Amino acid sequence: MPESTITTGANPGEYSASRAQMIPPAKNRENRTSARVWAFVMRWLVRLAALVTVAVLVFLIGYILVMGIPNLKLSLFEWEYNSENVSLMPALINTLLMTAFSLAIATPLGIFAAVWLVEYAKRGNKMVKVVRLTTETLQGIPSIVYGLFGMLFFVTQLKWGYSLIAGAFTLSIMVLPVIMRTTEEALLAVPDSYREGSFGLGAGKLRTVFNIVLPSAMPGILSGIILAVGRIVGETAALIYTASTVAAIPNSVFSSTRTLAVHMYMLSNEGLHVGETYGTAVVLLALVLAINALSGFVAGKLAKGK
Amino acid sequence: MSTRTSNTKEVVMKWVFTACACISILAVALICIFLFANGLPTIFEIGPLKFLLGTTWKPGNDIYGILPMILGSIYITAGAIVVGVPIGLLTAIYMSRFASPRINKVLLPAVQLLAGIPSVVYGFFGMVVLVPAIQAVLKTDFVRKTLGISNGKGMSLFTASLLLGIMILPTIITVSKASLDAVPESYYEGSLALGATHERSVFFTILPAAKSGVLSAVILGIGRAIGETMAVVMVAGNQTWMPQGLFQGLRTMTSNIVIEMGYAADLHREALIATGVVLFVFILLINVSFSLVKEREKNA
Repeated sequence: MPESTITTGANPGEYSASRAQMIPPAKNRENRTSARVWAFVMRWLVRLAALVTVAVLVFLIGYILVMGIPNLKLSLFEWEYNSENVSLMPALINTLLMTAFSLAIATPLGIFAAVWLVEYAKRGNKMVKVVRLTTETLQGIPSIVYGLFGMLFFVTQLKWGYSLIAGAFTLSIMVLPVIMRTTEEALLAVPDSYREGSFGLGAGKLRTVFNIVLPSAMPGILSGIILAVGRIVGETAALIYTASTVAAIPNSVFSSTRTLAVHMYMLSNEGLHVGETYGTAVVLLALVLAINALSGFVAGKLAKGK
Repeated sequence: MSTRTSNTKEVVMKWVFTACACISILAVALICIFLFANGLPTIFEIGPLKFLLGTTWKPGNDIYGILPMILGSIYITAGAIVVGVPIGLLTAIYMSRFASPRINKVLLPAVQLLAGIPSVVYGFFGMVVLVPAIQAVLKTDFVRKTLGISNGKGMSLFTASLLLGIMILPTIITVSKASLDAVPESYYEGSLALGATHERSVFFTILPAAKSGVLSAVILGIGRAIGETMAVVMVAGNQTWMPQGLFQGLRTMTSNIVIEMGYAADLHREALIATGVVLFVFILLINVSFSLVKEREKNA
């Protein structure tokens, strides 16, 4: 406990200072009191800050759950959306579709890129530096800029129109650095002895990567994918002008769609259906909580595996 | 025969891996090309100074000055840093050097969850909780007199800063906690041996040693705050005038794009894309300063 270290830490100092008689005793005592007060204040200040952080989270989630759960009516989950029932079902299905498509694009690309960085690229390779730099840049780009780019490139230049596929490609670029980085860390954590063992048994590089390295890095990779899912589910700004806002289940990948987060934004923007907006917020929040719990579970497995 | 096929497979897959790694280079290149190619001609068509320093945004009259939005973005980001950095840094210090493992078992997932909540949900929360609350507080005579303001709005710079300050907490906490955790234990022990209390050791030896990590946390926080869109749109009021004060509404570059892109056409649309280009340049500058700080950390 930190408290015990304070006393043991303070005592020797106290002893030597009084022994040395460097500071007049009265002043020494004064200093000590003020130091103690300072330490006390700082101790409570950091506790207070942590408390504020947790309180904000608890209040936010609590408020939305308390206000939203009474508004969870069956009509919110009807198959078709209309202005009467304000159903979130199409948006929910669109979210699942959007997540599936974006992951289908981003996951192989991200994992393969990380494999190249860790297993193939030579040390000091200039391209490694460029890849890392661009990945970091991608990570810092705000979602609205991705949205603009998606609109200019996928929607207009490639003439895909406002569509599921344009949104999915935009989001896959957005989550690519997330998957790349977590996979890279997971691959680096695989001990070299695994690779040496595999080579020693006569396996080639490719076989080693697919049969030995990737399987043992799986939990880390999975946690990266879950992180990516969280970002996709919560994304709004990048989707409004790429996948647009049609609240219906798409007929094809070139249909416009509205994910749950976009749906939530549209509802709160209209301000007509306050109760339904709370209900939608609960569902969105529940999704995020579930994703978080899943990533916690995977991380727990990862820790156990070590 | 079989070794040859496996060899081709090896070579082909090596190239596949390399190609995948190049995707991020390609993506950044495409983003730069498409944004700049679409935005820069517009900026020159309007006139760079007129565009960047113009104080009026009236698309109806073909007047496109984005200085109010640039200032709006900077003010809101500064406000978010003022709110978020002290709380976040102190929380990180608590988690790294004060809290018992049992408390951290609760705090760590809490911070992760805070990072996972979508920005629309934050925005909605700000809209239904913070805005009315601040509006009500500003209506009381006491607050009006002490602040010396005659009319304040719930949708304002203050509210947006508060909300964004909360939103950047997880970034600040995780990055600065990581750098605090990385400070060698010997620093702390040395300080204790010299007679300093636990608190003094943490604040005067460990914190200075983690300085550059904290700095990069702040830079990342700035990047997140300046790029945030949905939450800001929902609580900042979005007036296109020059920022009028702490308790008045204002508009950021991000919200300008989201609000008007839906119905914009021709030069108006181009001007919005150009707004995105200016935002992108800001982000690139933040990225560069981030990697400079990291580079210095590596050399130190």
